[in-house]
Amino acid sequence: MTEALIAALFVFVLASFTGFEVINKVPPTLHTPLMSGSNAISGIAVLGAIVASGARETNLSVILGLIAVILAMVNVVGGFLVTDRMLQMFKKKEIKA
Amino acid sequence: MSDFLPTGIQLTYLVAASLFILGLKQLGSPATARQGNVVAAVGMLLAIVATMLDQHVLNYEMILVGLVIGSLIGIVAAYKVQMTDMPQMVGLLNGLGGAASALVAVAEFWRLLGNGEAIPLDANISMLLDVLIGGVTFTGSFIAFAKLQGIMSGSPITFPLQQPFNLSLLAAFIAGSAYLIINPHSLPVFLGIVAVSLVLGVMFVIPIGGGDMPVVISLLNSFSGLAAAAAGFVVMNNMLIIAGALVGASGIILTEIMCKAMNRSLFSVLFSAFGTVAASG
Repeated sequence: MTEALIAALFVFVLASFTGFEVINKVPPTLHTPLMSGSNAISGIAVLGAIVASGARETNLSVILGLIAVILAMVNVVGGFLVTDRMLQMFKKKEIKA
Repeated sequence: MSDFLPTGIQLTYLVAASLFILGLKQLGSPATARQGNVVAAVGMLLAIVATMLDQHVLNYEMILVGLVIGSLIGIVAAYKVQMTDMPQMVGLLNGLGGAASALVAVAEFWRLLGNGEAIPLDANISMLLDVLIGGVTFTGSFIAFAKLQGIMSGSPITFPLQQPFNLSLLAAFIAGSAYLIINPHSLPVFLGIVAVSLVLGVMFVIPIGGGDMPVVISLLNSFSGLAAAAAGFVVMNNMLIIAGALVGASGIILTEIMCKAMNRSLFSVLFSAFGTVAASG
């Protein structure tokens, strides 16, 4: 268990550094779409929800897990679609200009 | 042969994580932003499909129903919202993600409680962090949404003894956490901690003015990434940890960039209401 935890901590720290580095000079018009896109990625919580509701053990945990699946999925699907709508709008503006 | 499926799932996670990094990178530049969004969405699809193949997931019919219901709500919401209402829409979606992460911790706590299993210290700490960050993200995002949508007044809300009240909430959380680390199987204390986290989210956002809400939503977005990473530690899933850490870190950077664009510091955005109270009083 401790070994798994340490491996997980390594993954967490290295992924955090990647996250820091991946964002550099972003033009202001892209602030909201970038926020929205990364918000959709944070809907990854759906994986935890699937695992939590996957076991047929206690009823309440399965129900809570299923609610979490639905909420996270709204976040994921809504998030990516909303981001696409925003970015689509920018494209039209550029063509007009 | 029995190793084939778990290995395949992990390798798929590796591909999905790479796609998230690529997608975030491309989202930061105007020429590739739209493609980056699609790349990240493909990564998410792969991650979800791989998780559904996990052999511990027995309940997949029900989960599929949940996935479909959530997707449908997401599609309808994304197409019905007005372009001008986008920031609060992102806030609302972000709140749902935070709620989902917190629910994972509650579900896991309930499962361990029902089993009467010993709760390992690391899982316990991860659950507490998940509940705190997820809970704050949930209610904080909804307050941000309400302020932008005009359901709530956009002006900062302050009241006497606000900071002592907030500090005592934080102290209550720490005391409750300490109690749970010694006595992990206490449902009332755990529920108390959930409640304190939810109130903290409200208290965090109400003193901030409506004009600063986009920055707050960006910060809460970063929080929801950290909540997802904490959920990853609870169920020991690398994909959750990687994606959560990516969003958590990139969200902080983006928040800072947004503050700089407004010529302000993050500190002044978060605590300016208290500054004016102190100055006028």
